[in-house]
Amino acid sequence: MTWLRDLGIGMRFAAAGGREGWARTALTAVGVGLGVAMLLVASSVPHLLDQRSERDRARKEAPVSRATEDVPKSDSTVLRVSAATEYRGLAVEGFLMRAEGARPVLPPGVAAFPESGEMAASPALRDLLASSEGALLRERLPYRVTSTIADAGLRSPGELYFYAGSDSLTPATGGHRLAGYGDERGGEPLQPVLVVLVILICVVLLAPVAIFIATAVRFGGDRRDRRLAALRLVGADIRTTRRIAAGEALFGSVLGLLTGAVLFLVGRRFVGRVEVWGHSAFPSDLTPSVWPATLIGVGVPSAAVLVTLVAMRAVVVEPLGVVRGGGSHRRRLWWRLPMPVVGLAVLVLTGRVDEFTPVDPYPIAVGAVLVLVGLALLLPWLVGACVDRLHGGPLPWQLAVRRLQLNSGAASRAVSGITVAVAGAVALQMLFAAVGDEFEQITGQDPSRAQFHTFSETVSGDAATRTIEAFRSTRGVEAVIGTVETYVTRPGKYGKDEVAPTTTLSVGDCATLKELAEIGSCEEGDSFVVHPRGDKEASDWIDETARKGEEIELNPTRDWLPGAKSVRWILPADTRTVTAAPDPLGEERRGIMTTVGAIDPRTLPSARTTAQIKVDEGVEDVSEYVRNTAARIDPGMRVATLASTERERQYASVQTGLRLGAVAMLILIAASMLISQLEQLRERKRLLSVLVAFGTRRVTLGWSVLWQTAVPVAVGLLAATAGGLGLGAVLTWMMGKTVTQWWLFLPMAGAGAVLVVAVTLLSLPLLWRAMRPDGLRTE
Amino acid sequence: MTPAGSLLAAHDLRKAYGSTPALDGASFSVHPGEVVAVLGPSGSGKSTLLHCLAGIVVPDSGTLTYAGRDLSGMSDAERSSLRRGDFGFVFQFGQLVPELTCLENVALPLRLNGVKRKQAARTALEWLERLEVDDTAAKRPGEVSGGQGQRVAVARALVASPKVVFADEPTGALDSLNGERVMELLTESARSAGTAVVLVTHEARVAAYSDRDIVVRDGRVRDPEFAV
Amino acid sequence: MSIGHTLLGLLESGPRHGYDLKRTFDEKFGHDRPLHYGQVYATMSRLLKNGLVEVDGVESDGGPERKRYAITDAGITDVGAWLSRPEKPEPYLQSTLYAKVVLALLTGRSASGLLDAQRSEHLRLMRVLTDRKRKGDLADQLICDYALFHLEADLRWLELTGARLDQLAEVIAP
Repeated sequence: MTWLRDLGIGMRFAAAGGREGWARTALTAVGVGLGVAMLLVASSVPHLLDQRSERDRARKEAPVSRATEDVPKSDSTVLRVSAATEYRGLAVEGFLMRAEGARPVLPPGVAAFPESGEMAASPALRDLLASSEGALLRERLPYRVTSTIADAGLRSPGELYFYAGSDSLTPATGGHRLAGYGDERGGEPLQPVLVVLVILICVVLLAPVAIFIATAVRFGGDRRDRRLAALRLVGADIRTTRRIAAGEALFGSVLGLLTGAVLFLVGRRFVGRVEVWGHSAFPSDLTPSVWPATLIGVGVPSAAVLVTLVAMRAVVVEPLGVVRGGGSHRRRLWWRLPMPVVGLAVLVLTGRVDEFTPVDPYPIAVGAVLVLVGLALLLPWLVGACVDRLHGGPLPWQLAVRRLQLNSGAASRAVSGITVAVAGAVALQMLFAAVGDEFEQITGQDPSRAQFHTFSETVSGDAATRTIEAFRSTRGVEAVIGTVETYVTRPGKYGKDEVAPTTTLSVGDCATLKELAEIGSCEEGDSFVVHPRGDKEASDWIDETARKGEEIELNPTRDWLPGAKSVRWILPADTRTVTAAPDPLGEERRGIMTTVGAIDPRTLPSARTTAQIKVDEGVEDVSEYVRNTAARIDPGMRVATLASTERERQYASVQTGLRLGAVAMLILIAASMLISQLEQLRERKRLLSVLVAFGTRRVTLGWSVLWQTAVPVAVGLLAATAGGLGLGAVLTWMMGKTVTQWWLFLPMAGAGAVLVVAVTLLSLPLLWRAMRPDGLRTE
Repeated sequence: MTPAGSLLAAHDLRKAYGSTPALDGASFSVHPGEVVAVLGPSGSGKSTLLHCLAGIVVPDSGTLTYAGRDLSGMSDAERSSLRRGDFGFVFQFGQLVPELTCLENVALPLRLNGVKRKQAARTALEWLERLEVDDTAAKRPGEVSGGQGQRVAVARALVASPKVVFADEPTGALDSLNGERVMELLTESARSAGTAVVLVTHEARVAAYSDRDIVVRDGRVRDPEFAV
Repeated sequence: MSIGHTLLGLLESGPRHGYDLKRTFDEKFGHDRPLHYGQVYATMSRLLKNGLVEVDGVESDGGPERKRYAITDAGITDVGAWLSRPEKPEPYLQSTLYAKVVLALLTGRSASGLLDAQRSEHLRLMRVLTDRKRKGDLADQLICDYALFHLEADLRWLELTGARLDQLAEVIAP
């Protein structure tokens, strides 16, 4: 059991090595702890998603056994209609509810059914409404908050959710009857595109963590080697020193594991306050799954010991000092190069993924992992190969290059992390950009003309006019293009296989009609037949219905709804035929257009009101005023943001998130580079003092420290950019998209440059201190 | 107070590290081309005296003149520039930059003075030859013996044709044969180049290579030139 | 140094004149103190008397008469015995320096001044020897080193004594 004793000695060294020893152990513990905490968070994600979707399903409407069947009215049934809205970019979900009996079913998390004018709100919504921030939302949701929805009824703690009571809701005004809550059917599987993204995100975020842990375990390695050399002097053999080193590593990593667990447990208490893309999580959601947690608990210390033993293989600890074998053994290319190549090949062979076919995630994961990890493995060789070819140059450059030639291991290890993080981030961003750009290209909307589109089924021509009036008087609204629309047909009897000629009738004022067609002059009482540009066939079809001086059927339901009354109108004979212009939705409206003077919208039996609203974006909260007006007119009115900014913002937030993640990784890596830099400086204190004695300028040494960091990082970023662009291009191709933005790596390259400068600047104070002549005195 | 014709002279230097006085009124002078040994038991303040004389450490009080210039009033940059241009250094150990080759190490002071790389390498090689270690040119310090390394260090100290070489226990880590050879080469080269040498040592046999010796005891110097 | 044994040893390579012997001796060993003629002849006559050398011949080319000496078998044996006999290490106990230091302490004079003066003198001699060593050949170097190491040993003793003067003063003059 000597090895047990040796492990014990190692642990004692780690625990009782004086101030120095503690600093080293603490450094390792914090480094490993940070990594472990991140791993624990990652391992909690499945549980988190399970819990969320479980709560989500629990508050859904219980499915009815047969889809066609209506739920019969009973003592417990409830009518409800969605009243979802958006407030300053945040989604607010909720329902208007009306109980149909004395014992209405309650949604999860709600204790009492809200009476009319009352509501049960989520804590976040309650707080928002109570704050000055929520003043405008209070206008839209003027209900009294009488109860709070408990956690069981919410997807996440930050969710804005409400159930409001109504006494006027009927099936006719949109109320939907439900008999219970809880939809036990499993959710749809993730979209293949999302699966790929999730896999990539995991790899990209976790690979640097693994590398960071591996680096953290090596903190203070040189000092430890010297201590082991001292042990060799008093008679320990090489095996014993290895076991002692393993013991030290074990202690540090176990301490790190505990630190990580504590960080995780403390951190998750605050997780409710953290929102990522509008999502947050309950502390209880962040429970690591058993297997991954076990794996972390066992894997991290084993990895620590393994890394230590591998690191010690390159070092011969002799009684009188430490001999590094690192310089002599050359890094071989043959097994490093195939990995990323094979990875790309796997991806290409997997072929294209379409949006709906379930995808086998494993080849994609394996391919992506091979590419990213392969890059990380390729890097030390690449750094070595590059550095070996460098020579000459000014003195600081020479010092840095020579230093790297002698030992580029530590630098490459740290930079490997950068490579994985940056390559992954670049690839992901390209993918997101491709998906996002495609959306924007399709829509072709023109936000300079209108930013909102409202749509209401309110069955009254009068209400339609009022809608337009209401929006016109809303603060910040510059123009409203509002029409009342319906379908009109040519009167007559039609056979089974025949279709009655049909076209659209839009009623609006002259200003509105001018936005929709090239009308020229317009007076109240005018009517127009509007033809699409350059489409003879469609124009002829319109003319089938729009016969000038003939009757037109205004009630489109007359033919198929029993008991519907016929409403006829004669298209004036002097009606002009004009060409359509694209409206702010990017659509061409066609058919018959009339002014209010020609047809009173109130006489239209089945009209709907649409409005395109142009606002002055300079007016603060203009969106909220528009939505408040809409809610006032009709709580069920839908308000859509026309401008593609909405979707853009989503992609932007994903990109920002990725960038933030990558930057966090870079900071982690910068920290480990800084630590090894500081360690190296401390070790070279005497040498630095000698150089100072020679009259070496601080600037000279400062620059050499800068180059020493900059060269590996530059090589790393170069490899990462090349690898990331390659991976991104292949993945984009797999998704059936085209690469739209090749320059997404620039911010990452910039971040890399900042990192180099930061590491250098932060190590300068110690460099200045090490350059004091004290170093000459120590001996 | 400066003895006539001296190149570097110090008078009544005082320097304390914390509350421990390292120099307690030390005076010293060296003439151009003169080899002066600074003797004394360990902890007597020999090294501190050397550091003060070389402008590495600023004394707390006292006057220090080099070639007629007041050294104690100089800025750090001025003193650094002086060390680059006019002084050379040999230490006991750990002075060669491990990642540079021996040739590059010797060329270092020249490069610090702005000499072009090729020219610096040529001059450095000449000095390696003079010190009989030109075979180490392409090797790294870790790959040469202690004696060779110390000769490389001597070459480096002399390569920029300094006016004064400061040697702090230059043979401390060598056996007597290697130590003698290093001392011989150092004093010979310095004499032929007219370079003064301030040699700190605790070994009398090493001190015997000097023209003159002083003894430091408890931070005070017994320099016959100052003895009244 | 035993001059008799040294001269005998020199004769082992072949008979020589007295003058020749003196020149060879001076060249090899006598840097500090060349042999006196009288010393050579006195030594040779003693060796003759003991049967360790014999006169090989007499020459006189018009000048003074010159004897040529050759080593006898007994002489060869004697040289061999001398070389194989280790020299007795000299303990140098009760040196003059020690006596001076004690006396200085007893009489209240400056013992450390005495030590410093002695150190200077030692170093001066060491410097001369080092200089000669540098200019001389290997034989010079070895001879000088012998002296240098002894002087260095003296210096160490001076240093140690200097550090222990207070202690010493208490012991001898309580």
